[in-house]
Amino acid sequence: MHFTINGATHAVEPDIRASLLDVLREHLGLTGTKKGCDHGQCGACTVLVNGRRINACLTLAVMHQDDDILTIEGLGSAEHLHPLQAAFIKHDGYQCGYCTPGQICSAVGMLDEVAKGWPSHVSADLETVTLDGAEISERMSGNLCRCSAYPNIVDAIAEVAGAERA
Amino acid sequence: MSDFTMNADHPGLAMDRGVQGVLGAGLDRSEGALKVSGTARYGYEHLVEGEVAYGYLITAPAAKGKVTGIDTDAARALPDVLDIIVDDPRIPRQAAAFGPAHAGNDEIDHWDQVVGVAVATSFEAARAAAKAVRVHVAIEPGHFDTMADIDKASGPPKDSRLQDIAKGDIDAAMAQAAVTIDQVYTTPNHVHAAMEPHASVAIWEGDSLTLHSSLQILKVARPVLAKALGIADDKVRILSPYIGGGFGGKMLGPDAVLAAIAAQKLGRPVKIAMARRQLFHNVYRRTDTNQRIRLAATEDGKLLAVGHDSVVSQGPDGGFMEPVALGSISLYDAPVRHFSHKVVTLDMVMAGAVRAPGEAVGTLALETAMDEMAEALGRDPIDFRKLNEPKVDPMTGAPFSTRGLVACLDRGAEAFGWAKRSAQPGQVREGEWLIGMGVSAAVRINLLVDSEARVTLSPDGRARIETDMTDIGTGSYTILAQIAGEALGLPMERIDVILGDTDLPPGAGSGGSFGAASAGSSVALACEDIVATLAERMGAKAQDMTLKDGHAVAGNRRVPLAELVGDAPLVAMGKISQGSNARTFSQAAHGAQFAEVAVNAVTGEARVRRMLGVFEAGRILNAKLARSQAIGGMIWGIGYALMEEAVLDQRHGQFVNQDLGEYHVPSHADVPPLDVLFLEEIDTHANPIGVKGLGELSISGAGAAVTNAIYNACGVRVRDFPLTLDKILAGLPEM
Amino acid sequence: MKTFTYSRAESPEAAVAAGGRFIAGGTNLLDLMKLQIETPEKLVDISRLDLARVERRGDGGLTIGALVPNSDLAADPQVIADYPVLSRALLAGASGQLRNKATTGGNLLQRTRCPYFYDTAMACNKRDPGAGCSAMDGFNRNLAVLGTSAECIATNPSDMAVALRALDATIVTLTSDGDKRRIAIGDFYRLPGDTPHIETVLRPGELITHVELPAPPAGAQGYRKVRDRASYAFALVSVAGVVAVADGKIVSAALAFGGLAPMPWRDAAVEAALVGQVPNDAVFAAAADALLAGAKGHGANDFKIPLARRTLIATLRTLTGAVA
Repeated sequence: MHFTINGATHAVEPDIRASLLDVLREHLGLTGTKKGCDHGQCGACTVLVNGRRINACLTLAVMHQDDDILTIEGLGSAEHLHPLQAAFIKHDGYQCGYCTPGQICSAVGMLDEVAKGWPSHVSADLETVTLDGAEISERMSGNLCRCSAYPNIVDAIAEVAGAERA
Repeated sequence: MSDFTMNADHPGLAMDRGVQGVLGAGLDRSEGALKVSGTARYGYEHLVEGEVAYGYLITAPAAKGKVTGIDTDAARALPDVLDIIVDDPRIPRQAAAFGPAHAGNDEIDHWDQVVGVAVATSFEAARAAAKAVRVHVAIEPGHFDTMADIDKASGPPKDSRLQDIAKGDIDAAMAQAAVTIDQVYTTPNHVHAAMEPHASVAIWEGDSLTLHSSLQILKVARPVLAKALGIADDKVRILSPYIGGGFGGKMLGPDAVLAAIAAQKLGRPVKIAMARRQLFHNVYRRTDTNQRIRLAATEDGKLLAVGHDSVVSQGPDGGFMEPVALGSISLYDAPVRHFSHKVVTLDMVMAGAVRAPGEAVGTLALETAMDEMAEALGRDPIDFRKLNEPKVDPMTGAPFSTRGLVACLDRGAEAFGWAKRSAQPGQVREGEWLIGMGVSAAVRINLLVDSEARVTLSPDGRARIETDMTDIGTGSYTILAQIAGEALGLPMERIDVILGDTDLPPGAGSGGSFGAASAGSSVALACEDIVATLAERMGAKAQDMTLKDGHAVAGNRRVPLAELVGDAPLVAMGKISQGSNARTFSQAAHGAQFAEVAVNAVTGEARVRRMLGVFEAGRILNAKLARSQAIGGMIWGIGYALMEEAVLDQRHGQFVNQDLGEYHVPSHADVPPLDVLFLEEIDTHANPIGVKGLGELSISGAGAAVTNAIYNACGVRVRDFPLTLDKILAGLPEM
Repeated sequence: MKTFTYSRAESPEAAVAAGGRFIAGGTNLLDLMKLQIETPEKLVDISRLDLARVERRGDGGLTIGALVPNSDLAADPQVIADYPVLSRALLAGASGQLRNKATTGGNLLQRTRCPYFYDTAMACNKRDPGAGCSAMDGFNRNLAVLGTSAECIATNPSDMAVALRALDATIVTLTSDGDKRRIAIGDFYRLPGDTPHIETVLRPGELITHVELPAPPAGAQGYRKVRDRASYAFALVSVAGVVAVADGKIVSAALAFGGLAPMPWRDAAVEAALVGQVPNDAVFAAAADALLAGAKGHGANDFKIPLARRTLIATLRTLTGAVA
C-alpha cells in the first residue's frame, strides 16, 4: 500500500492489523509519533491526515491508502523548527518530551479548526469563536501530559496564534 | 578526583565565583529541539521491524493461586510467532524497584501478573499470540481490603526510612486540650501514569547485553537486571538517554528482563513495550492510605499535640512502606508528637515510590486537619500555621538547614490576595458557582545521594560532562551544563552533556528529588579539579582567576582555555557522598500552596480557577525549568484532590479503571493558569551547590490547598480523597 | 487483535453485499478489537463512501450522511443555527482528534464504557451472553439507574445520540437485502432485558446510511454534561433539552438523558409534567420526579439519581429562563 508521509510517497506491506501509528514507528522509523496508551486516551500519537488531527493508534494503516499524512518530523526539524515547535521550546511546553510531538501536531490541527470557525465546548457563542486560554485548553484536552506542562503549552500555542492567554 | 563527603559545608566552589551568568538563568531546555522535532529517541525507538523481534507480555487473569498449566499451543500456531516463553525460571512477576522482583510463574501473587512473553516478527502477531495463551490458575481467596486486615498489620520494615516515633502522651494531650481534631482521612491507590509506557530493546553480543530502556536510576537498574538474569553486572549496559516520564515508577520493568531473556533465547534483538493496562497491575502503585490525624491546641491556637498515624498496604513481594508522616514530623511545633505506620499485606502488586512518597498523600490529611483546626479555633489558617512555627526541629532539636515556611506563607498571601478570602464558607457566589480559597503548607524532606561525574575540557575548548545520571523531564541536561558553564566560564553551546549510559560514572539517577543536588554537586566538584589545573597553568591562585566565555583571566593575562588545555584534554572526576550534615541539620524544602476553586452548586463539580505555589527550595538552577517542575507538581495536586483513584475491586483484586480513559489524570481543561514564586535561599548545609529538591515539594500540599478551597467555597468537608462530585454533592443543600 | 480480512466498499450497496463488519472511523471498534472484545473476521471499509454530506431537505429538516465526522457535524452552520443542542452534545464528547475521526453512524453504535465489559477477565452478559454481570455488585459508578435489567446495567456512552433523541432523529439504513429502512431513534435502541448483547434493532449486515433531523424545533436548546474531568471524560449525567415557552407557559418540551440508561433516555412522562405549566422549580421538580420514579441505584452509582434531578432542574431553568 502507498501513502504520502511528510511529502514523500511510501510503500509498505504491514500486517493487516497494523495501526497507522505502528506503521509509522515500526516500519518507517518515524518514531517522533508516540505510543502512550494505544487506545485513543492520551493523544501522544496525534498526526495530521489530510490536514486533520487524529489519533494514529485508532486507525488501521490499510485504511489510509493514498492519504497525505503529516507527522512531527514533517512539520519541522531540529534545525528548521516550525513556529509551534519554537514556541514550545521558548515556553518550556514539555518536560519529558514524550507527549510533545502529539501536542504540537494537535495544536497545528486545532489552530486550523479555529481558522475554519469551528466552535468548542467552551465557546459561549457557537457562531463566533475567539481563541483564548480557555478555548485552547478545551481544544487541547485530548492530549494528556503527565509532567503537566499544560500552562506552558497553552502559553506557547497562544503566542503562535496571537491569542489572549487569560 | 575531587571527592567530597557532606560532613561539613563545602568551603566554596569555583561555580560560586563564576561570572558566566548561566547559572540560575531561565534558559531553554538544552535538548528541546530534539524533543519538539520528535528526534529524541526513547527506549523502545531503537531498531524497527525486520531488525528486531517483538515481545508482548503474557499475564494471568487472577490475583492469587497456583498455576496449574499454561496452554501455549494455540498461540504457537498463529502466524509469525517465534516463541512463547513461559518456562524460564527468571520470568519476573512484576516491575522491580531496588532489588529484583520475585521470579517464577508457578504461583500468582497479584492480579494480571506477568507469566511470560510471546515473541513474533511483528507487534501485531505478538499481541495476538499473548492473548491466545491460556493460563490456568487454581484460584485461592485473596486479601484486598487494607482495613479488613488491620489486625494482621505489621509495623514499619526495619530498613524503612521512617520508624514509629512518639514524644509525650498523645491520648492525655487530646483529653486535656481545649480544642482537638481527631479525624480519619483516606487516599486511594495511585499509579504513575507516565505517558511513555515501560519499554525496552534488548541486544546481546556474545554474553554481553545492551538494553535500551527508560529507567530512572541506572546504577540501581543495572545490578538488579544482572541479578534477575543471573549474569555479572559488568555484562550489562543500559542506555536511557530520554525517558518519557518516571515519577518513581521506572526502576526496572518486566519488559527489560523479558526482552533480555527472549533476545538471548532467540539469538536476535527483542523489544517489548508494556501495554497501558498491564502497567496498572505490574508496576508498583502508591498504596491506599488510612490516616488518623490528631491535633490538640490551646484556645489561643498553640498546638499541644500532633499525631499522624497511618495504615498502608503492600503486596506480598514488597518491602517498601509509604512513609506517610514523613512531612508531618517536623512541620509544626508541639510538645507531644506521635507518628506511626501499620502495613497490611495484600495480594496485590507491590506498593512503591510514586512522586513524593509520604508527603504527597500525607499532606492531604495533615493540611486538611490544620484547616479544620484553624476553623475550630476561629483563626486564619495562615496565622494558625505561623503561630506553630518551630524554631528548631521539634522532633530532634536539630537546627533547620534553612526554613522558609513562614516567608512562603506571607509572600503567597500577599501575592494571591488572601486577605479577600471570606473566613465563613459559602459566601462567594457567581451564578451556579461557589468560590473559595484554600491554603496549605508544603514540605518535602531533602536528600543527597552519592553521585559521580566526569568532566572533560578538550583541546578545542569544549567541555563534556559524563555521568549515568538521567533526565526524566527534570532538566538534568540543562542544569548540569549550567553548573559547569558557570564554573568553567563557558557558554552553554560549548558544553556537551552525556547522560543515561551505565558505561559512564555512576550518578545519582532521578528520584527522591535528589538528582539536581547530587548530580549537580558531582559536576561542580569535578570542575574544581579542572579549575585548579587551569589556575596552575595560569600561574595564579584559583580564587584570583576569572573564567568567562572560554577564557581564563588572571593578573593581566587573558588566555583562551583551548590554549591552556594544550594537546591533552583535562579530565576530572567529581564525587559527592552523603555525610553527617544530613543528621546535624534538619533538612527540608518548604512552600505554601494557594488555590481558588469554584464548586458548582447544582452538580458538585469542582474546578480550580487559579493556583499559586511559593517555594523555598534552595538555589534555583534554572528559573524556567524550576517553574515547570513546580507547576507539574501542583497539577498532580489537582489530580490527587479531585480525580485520581485506581479503583480496587475487592472481589477479585484488580483495578477496575485500568486505562487512561477512566483513571483520570488532569487534562488541559482541568488546569487554569498557575503562578509560581521562588524564595531563593542557598542551602550550603544541604550540599555543595546549595540546591534542594523541588519536583516533589511542589506536589506537597497542593491537593490540600484545593480541597481546603472547596470547603471554603461550599462548606462541604470531604475526608475521602479524591473529592469527586458525588462526595461534594452529598453535602450540598437541596436546590 | 485477531486477524481479519479487509476490503473497501465502493458503494453502500456493495458494502452490504460484502457481508462483513463495517468500519469507518474505527475509534471504538479498533479500541475493542485490540482487547479482543470485538473479533470480526471480515472488515468492510466504508470510510470512503459518499455519505459525508449534510443536506437541507425540502421539509426544512436535515439529512446527515452516516460518515459525516463528529467534528464536521458539530461545526456545520445549519446544525449550529437550527440544532445547537446537537453541536453542543458533539462538542462535549471525546476529544478533537476523536471527533475528527468518529462518524455519525459509528457514534450511534458506540458500545458501553462499562469497565467490566472492557475487561475480558470479568463476567459480562453483553460481551459473553449468559456469563453473568460483574458490574452489578462491582464498581458501577458510571453505570445505569434507568432501563436496566438483572443481566446488565451498562450505559450508552454517546453524547451525540442524546441530542438526536431529543431532536426526534430518524435513522436511515440499507439492509443486507438492499432495502432502505427508516427507524425512529426512539425505536432504534433496545433495552438490555435478557439479551444485553443486542443493543439496537439493526439486522445483521444492515448499514446506517443517514440520519434525518425533522424541521428545526421551536424553543430553546441546550446540552448539559456533568463529568469528573472538565473535558475528555464520559458523562455521569447529561441532559439534552429543547423547550419552548409562550405566554408564560411551556408549550413543548423534548428532554433526553445520557449517563443514566443503556440507551439515550427519553420519557414522555417528563415532558407531560412540563407542557402546559408555568416554568418554575416546582414544575421542574415534578418533571424530575417523573424521570426518576423508576430509578434504581446499584451502590456506587446511587448519586446519579440526585445528580440527574438537580441537573435536569438547572437545565430547565436555563432553557425556560426561569429564575431559581
